[in-house]
Formats: sequence, structure tokens, C-alpha cells
Amino acid sequence: MLNISEVIETNQMIHEMNLDVRTITMGISLLDCVGSDLSETKQRIYHKITTCARDLVSTGEEISAEYGVPIVNKRISVTPIALVGNSVAKSPEDFVELAKTLDEAAKTVGVNFIGGYSALVSKGMTKADENLIRSIPMALSSTERVCSSVNVGSTKTGINMDAVRLIGQIIKETAELTKENDCLGCAKFVVFTNAPDDNPFMAGAFHGVTETDTIINVGVSGPGVVKRALEKVRGESFEVLCETIKKTAFKVTRVGQLVAQEASRRLGVPFGIIDLSLAPTPAIGDSVGEILEEIGLEYAGAPGTTAALALLNDQVKKGGVMASSYVGGLSGAFIPVSEDQRMIDAVEAGALTIEKLEAMTCVCSVGLDMIAIPGDTKATTISGIIADEMALGMVNQKTTAVRIIPVIGKGVGEQVEFGGLLGYAPIMPVNTYCCDAFVNRTGRIPAPIHSFKN
Amino acid sequence: MKKTIITVVGKDKVGIIGKVCTFLAEKNVNILDISQTIVAGYFNMMMIVEAEQTGEEFLSMVEELKQLGESIGVMIQAQHEDIFNMMHRI
Repeated sequence: MLNISEVIETNQMIHEMNLDVRTITMGISLLDCVGSDLSETKQRIYHKITTCARDLVSTGEEISAEYGVPIVNKRISVTPIALVGNSVAKSPEDFVELAKTLDEAAKTVGVNFIGGYSALVSKGMTKADENLIRSIPMALSSTERVCSSVNVGSTKTGINMDAVRLIGQIIKETAELTKENDCLGCAKFVVFTNAPDDNPFMAGAFHGVTETDTIINVGVSGPGVVKRALEKVRGESFEVLCETIKKTAFKVTRVGQLVAQEASRRLGVPFGIIDLSLAPTPAIGDSVGEILEEIGLEYAGAPGTTAALALLNDQVKKGGVMASSYVGGLSGAFIPVSEDQRMIDAVEAGALTIEKLEAMTCVCSVGLDMIAIPGDTKATTISGIIADEMALGMVNQKTTAVRIIPVIGKGVGEQVEFGGLLGYAPIMPVNTYCCDAFVNRTGRIPAPIHSFKN
Repeated sequence: MKKTIITVVGKDKVGIIGKVCTFLAEKNVNILDISQTIVAGYFNMMMIVEAEQTGEEFLSMVEELKQLGESIGVMIQAQHEDIFNMMHRI
């Protein structure tokens, strides 16, 4: 039978250490929603989303109340819209119409984000893919809850540099169109290499074409719990440190597994995966930066940071894998700058640079995330930063991503406030040496030699 | 019947257990086990109970317990036992 200390431990994790289930994300396939024209397709999309996800939010709230664990977000991911709109959306403007439909459906069912305004172009772009990408600035500035992503590379296909070049411009345009709103549009757009089909986390969630019709994916979180557990093993060996992280990750993931099973059962939708990510929020005590400090660094970014993050990431996976039958998505520590108070502090102290963040992304999920850069950064420079990050993912056979925000009208030393879970960010300096001639080459970077495993 | 764990955390005072037990008796909830301890100067009590309430009924009982806690100045929570079993038992 349960004993009181176990019960107290669980409740302390929830009340004092910010343990929560970060998101229940329902993946919905829209492949069966393609109609004979745009307006019929829009109707079918709206109908399918509002039918499948009708009880998503209330079920999440019920589970949360019964088990006494917060479930912060209820979200939806859909089939990449470039595929859904392929035959009916003939222009970027047509795609924007589809984005508005997704936004309305999200509002109707009460989810805070809907992901999947996406294109998968790791090898080449169809006309529809290109139209969707060109529509992103307009789509993100005219909707509230739609999140967008583009997969521009993979270990198997190499990197589509034509798409990378185009996306540099698209990010700038999105920033321009949402400049009244602190360039918020860019916070809802992420560019990937090796994007997973079952990621429950925004802004990069989409419902891959390898998935079943509807599915429940759950993202857990708990940087605060790991941090607090590590306070008790200060000065101990790496073995003790790793064991502590592993055990804590196991406990955190079990909560996610329980919530996922319950949500799946109550909604009558199959369970997909648990995403074992340490996802920080701007709240004090809910920070991955703080864990790195607890491991022994003055600030995230100090020498040793990459090694500390590598062991953290690995132990989280080792503990989490045993706690769940299916693990997937991004699964690793997130290091978004604006969403993590200690990361922000590290940037402000001068300890953490974009280059160091890039190195850190080699050993954790996901990439350069929520980084504000000067508004006058050139589109080609942004494309260069993306290309570097995509190359890391391609060569290391992992998912990498870039979510970067050029803040129009602001420069290094200033701040931008996104609000809510997205937090605020100091604007970071960018290496301004020119990469135009590199980015302006056409075509793609071939797949690396170790991708040929057959 | 699923078991429910009720926890009471707060400053110790006269009558906490009495009030919670009276409430549970009125709801026809059977108490299987009670244990208590002091952590960092705070009174912690755990009850393992069998409640026949499900769905909406269960949620409203959770809410009433919370309010009862507020009226006596302690925090009372009721949770399905699965969350603890999942975390602490393989």
C-alpha cells in the first residue's frame, strides 16, 4: 500500500517544483478532407477538427482535476497543410484561407495552438509547398493560434538549400508583418531537419502522413523536479548525479504515461507517444538553465555546458524510456532562450552566445529556439544560421530546428516581450560577416555518406 | 472501486481530522487507512479511502473538500491513487 512519504513527494513535485503535463496534443489527419474546391475543403477541415477534438479540452480538465496534476495545454496537430491543400489551393492567398479555417476550428474547440501549417520539402518543393511557404507571413499575421513549420532537410535527403534561402526571407517578412506585436509571428514558426511525425510540442507539431487517423501524444515536463532532486546530491560523483536524474525522469514520465492512457481511453483515440522533454517555462524554478547550474556551472554557456547538457539529455531518456511503452517526438532537454529565466540571465551576463547555443544543440533537442536577434539582420544571414543548424541535424541523424525572431526596430541590448509561456528575450548579437555567396547557390546539399545504410 | 488518496497539509490545530471524517461520512466514503506526519513544521495527513463517486460527482467532492480545507485553514486534496502508484510502483 502507498505510504505517506510517497504521497507527499508526488504532491511536492506538483505544488513546489512545477511538475506538470505540458501538453496533450491530438493529432488529426486531414487527408480525407480534400474536397472538389477550396471552400468545400475548408468546410470539411473545420468539421473534422471540431468533431474529433470536441471533448479534448474538457477531458484534459477532468483528468487534471481527478489526479491533481496540472495539464497546461491542450493542442491539435494536423496533416501538413501543403499536402491537404495541394489540389485546391492555387496561390499563397488560398493557403491563407486554410490557415484561417484552422484558426477558427482551434477557437471553437478551445485549444491554444494548432500546428501543422507545414510543408515537408527536405528534397524538393512542389508548387503547393512553395505557395504555402510564401503564404506563411500572411497566415501567421492574420491568425492567432496557428503554428507553422517547414522541414527543409534530413539525413536521408540532405538539405534543400533553395528552401533554406526562401525561409530566410519568409522569417524577415513574418517579422515585418507582425512588428506591431513584437514580431510574434516568428515565434510561431519553426524550420526543421529530420522533423518527427509525432511531436506534440509547438510550434513544430504536425500530424505526419505515417500516422493513423487520430492520435493522442503527450508532452511531459519537469525541469523543476530534476533541479530539486539534484540539490540533494551536490558534490557527489557523476554516477550519483546520473542515477538521480534518471530516477526523477522516470517518475515524471510515469505521470505523462498515466495521463496519456487516460486521455486515450476517455476520448476513444489511440495513444501515440510520450515526448520525454524537459520543457522550461519563464516561471522561477522551471528552468533547464537552473539544472545546468546545479550540475556545477556558474551560468549556462560556461565551459562544460555542452558536456553537462549531454549527460542530462541522455539520463532523461534512459529514465523516461522505461516509464512509457512508446516514446517519440523530440524527447530531450529544450533550451529555448526566452522561455527559460536562467537562460535569459546567462545571455544578459554575456555567458551564453548563439554559437554556444549551436554547440549545445548537438547534444540535446531541439535547436536554436526562441532566440531574438537584431531586426536589421539580413535574410541571407538568417538562412546561413538555419543552414548551420540543419547541417548539425543532418550529420548527427537527429532532429534540429531553428525558431529565431528578428525584432524589427530593435538592436542588441534591447529586449522583446512575447508574454505568457513564450516569455521575453534579450536581443542577441549575430555574426554579421557575409554568407550571401554561399546562401545564393541553388539546389541542395547532398545527403552525408553515413546515410547510405542499405 | 478505485481508491482515492486524500491529503491534508497545513498548520496543526484541533478538529481537522474530525471535520474531514464527518464530511466523508456524510458522503458515504469509507476510510481504509489514515497516517500522519510532520514535515518542515507542517501537519501532513493522508487518508486512503474508497469513494463510490465517479465523474462529475467525484469532481464536485474534490471541490467541496478543497473548500472545507479553506474554511479550516489547511489544504485538502483528493486524487485518484493511480498517480501515486504510477510514480512509485513498477
